[in-house]
Amino acid sequence: MTSFMLSDTTASKISAQLTHLRHQMGSPAVGMVLTLVVVCDEGEQYDAVRAATEAAREHPSRILVVIARDPAEPNRLDAELRVGESTPGEVILLRLYGELTEHADSVVSPLLLTDTPVVAWWPRHSPDIPAKDSVGMLAQRRIVDARPAAEPVKAIASRARAYVPGDTDLAWTRLTPWRSLLAAAFDQPVGKVKKGVVEAAADHPSAPLLAAWLSERLGAPVKVADSAGPGLTRVTLSTAAGDVTITRSDARLATLSRPGQPDRQVALTRRPTSELIAEELRRLDPDEVYEAAIRRVARSHKG
Amino acid sequence: MTEGSPGTGSPEKTGSPGKTRIGGTAVTTVTGATEESVAAAVAAATTATTEAAVSANPLRDPRDKRLPRVAGPCVLVLFGVTGDLARKKLLPAIYDLANRGLLPPGFSLVGFARREWRDQDFAQLTHDAVKQHARTPFREEVWKQLSEGIFFCPGEFTDDGAFDALAMMLKEIDETRGTGGNYGFYLSVPPKFFPVVVEQLKRTDLAHGPEGAWRRVVIEKPFGHNLKSAHELNAITSAVFPESSVFRIDHYLGKETVQNIMALRFANNLFEPIWNRGYVDHVQITMAEDIGIGGRAGYYDGIGAARDVIQNHLLQLLALVAMEDPTSFDADSLRREKEKVLKAVQLPQDLARSTARGRYAAGWQGGQQVVGYAQEEGIPSDSITETYAAIKLEIANRRWAGVPFYLRTGKRLGRRVTEVAVVFQKAPHLPFSKDDTEILGHNALVIRVQPDEGITVRFGSKVPGTAMEVRDVSMDFAYGESFMESSPEAYERLLLDVLIGDPPLFPHQREVELSWKILDPIEEFWASQGVPEDYPAGSWGPASADEMMARDGRVWRRL
Repeated sequence: MTSFMLSDTTASKISAQLTHLRHQMGSPAVGMVLTLVVVCDEGEQYDAVRAATEAAREHPSRILVVIARDPAEPNRLDAELRVGESTPGEVILLRLYGELTEHADSVVSPLLLTDTPVVAWWPRHSPDIPAKDSVGMLAQRRIVDARPAAEPVKAIASRARAYVPGDTDLAWTRLTPWRSLLAAAFDQPVGKVKKGVVEAAADHPSAPLLAAWLSERLGAPVKVADSAGPGLTRVTLSTAAGDVTITRSDARLATLSRPGQPDRQVALTRRPTSELIAEELRRLDPDEVYEAAIRRVARSHKG
Repeated sequence: MTEGSPGTGSPEKTGSPGKTRIGGTAVTTVTGATEESVAAAVAAATTATTEAAVSANPLRDPRDKRLPRVAGPCVLVLFGVTGDLARKKLLPAIYDLANRGLLPPGFSLVGFARREWRDQDFAQLTHDAVKQHARTPFREEVWKQLSEGIFFCPGEFTDDGAFDALAMMLKEIDETRGTGGNYGFYLSVPPKFFPVVVEQLKRTDLAHGPEGAWRRVVIEKPFGHNLKSAHELNAITSAVFPESSVFRIDHYLGKETVQNIMALRFANNLFEPIWNRGYVDHVQITMAEDIGIGGRAGYYDGIGAARDVIQNHLLQLLALVAMEDPTSFDADSLRREKEKVLKAVQLPQDLARSTARGRYAAGWQGGQQVVGYAQEEGIPSDSITETYAAIKLEIANRRWAGVPFYLRTGKRLGRRVTEVAVVFQKAPHLPFSKDDTEILGHNALVIRVQPDEGITVRFGSKVPGTAMEVRDVSMDFAYGESFMESSPEAYERLLLDVLIGDPPLFPHQREVELSWKILDPIEEFWASQGVPEDYPAGSWGPASADEMMARDGRVWRRL
């Protein structure tokens, strides 16, 4: 891997340096399918870059990491360029100082790949309205995450207010294996569901989302209850014939029980962030099912 | 299986993915568009047949694209578990499906073989196969889920008792694991055993499920060795299973690039206008292998390269490249278009001048000294089997009249490569002097099927400098190692399609028969021609194949 530092630089110098590095490596052309803009601070940078780079194995991307530094310093842009065999695509760490911290878009915009999708990801602190954020406005898809928020359930409940097609939350992405398993359980006829309960660790943002999705689809009330965790631990759906339940206590292996049928074990592992990001990058069109779920969470969430 | 090394997706990196080169200068490709078109075609291909399930299930919504297609509860019965295919491809593919969360809860796998084994022995075999060949990382919880549903039924195919035991076992699995009487039977055994196995399935009433349950049978090539035997083979399976329950596996059709042929052609507006006799000079479809016949003398001798590869893989590729656009991507429409174009295929008048065959002689292949075909173990001295076959076909329709399709395949060639090259006519007028364009060839669009899956466009470009010199350069779109690492293996895709009951990627019996109709006259002609021409191992085939092209004023692409 080739790494290159530029201090007190500009977007055009970064661009020129990237071209130069690519030529030097003997592969001068661009075959990347999208630009992923990661907006984070110095402390989160390492994990975020790692996850993004892993995801880039499936979706070769230019990864722009925007790190806001001290706004009191004189205006300055520092850049770290990583191009190489171990990273498919390119990683560019941008460190912004002074007033520039308020104008990240001026640096990001000229570095976007031409005529390919742009995805923005805030691993931790996300703007109130991602689509109105200066970087978010450049992106077709905006990924936020309610889990690290101070009040995760409140955060997920407020998503509907800011929603613009193209928004998505990793708390929703984490649910895909659960939803997939539930959908598979319903591939065999199950009677009308009367009510349901989703149990999860306290203040787990995915739990109300799952409950909202289930009640939206099944037309039955689905409650959220606290458990010891980790993560989601149980979904119970009551029908006239009995309960359909999925229980997972160790965050790895789940048990599916249905009335009149033997219990079955299914792998249901919590996935690393890289897999969540890779899933997000697979489809870049608005997720209407997510929209319906957050709107329902917003309606049912009080306070 | 005709490929040498099973492509188990080694994660080695040979270059950055999605790379585009033109000589030394850079050109940008809009790979996003290609990806979108793939998604569009795949989505179109997959939504059509699952509609019934979607409408019945309140949790499924066509807009919910995150939810993968998951097979319904079922049992897969595998005949021939000890074979290479099962160990290297099928068992790992089943694990990979489970790892991706695409197998239903309760999915069960039953092995059937002539071994004194118990369930745990088969589980051990599966475990080892998975550890060695699976593409996705080994995860204990996935293995636990899978291993709970692994069963073994010992017995001979002729043993009624063994099949009665199998029927009992399946019934019990339905009860203990909730598989609902849905069984898939995968016959990974030589075709000579088909009659007896199918007959046993009929006798034990395993071939017909109760109302609401499905029974499917999966068979591997060869689908006969000529039209007559294909008929006979089909008569055996169709006497017991309806055509809609028979899944013929041609693993080439499960490959991403092959499916991408449809995306490339029908999701773009860039290529289709020139995809006809007005612009295309000819098409070359090649499957070259660097390996010899290995230990498959018994199977290969008497079959030969044309029956082994051209009849299925290459003619299927031809059909996909040449067919008209289907009205939709459901199985019926797709198969109808493929059949139409296969029906329009015409053999040249003079088979001697428009076909070539050869067999490899001793030589050096890739730095290793190798023996000739006649010296391979188990080959009779009077063998006239070819290991290289090249044929010229024409397609009698408005789109392709007069455009030859050259198909070639061979063993012990220079290297392993499969590709479809659409070679375009030369520009009608060149405003440059003859000297400037002396080395300019034909434009070409190449679909690289394996290895290094992707698309290459070859065109003329100015050589940098003060003179106007035009030379051929190529621009690559590589799916790249990074894409392939996580994209499903052909067998994974096909197994899932069997369990879901989604048939577009499986050839219909009519296609099999049409392919034999194309090949039979050539095989008959060759049978009268004695021993094929020798070509040195590691070369690109016999001289007669080059002469065949030279007669038409063309050359094979150097691969």
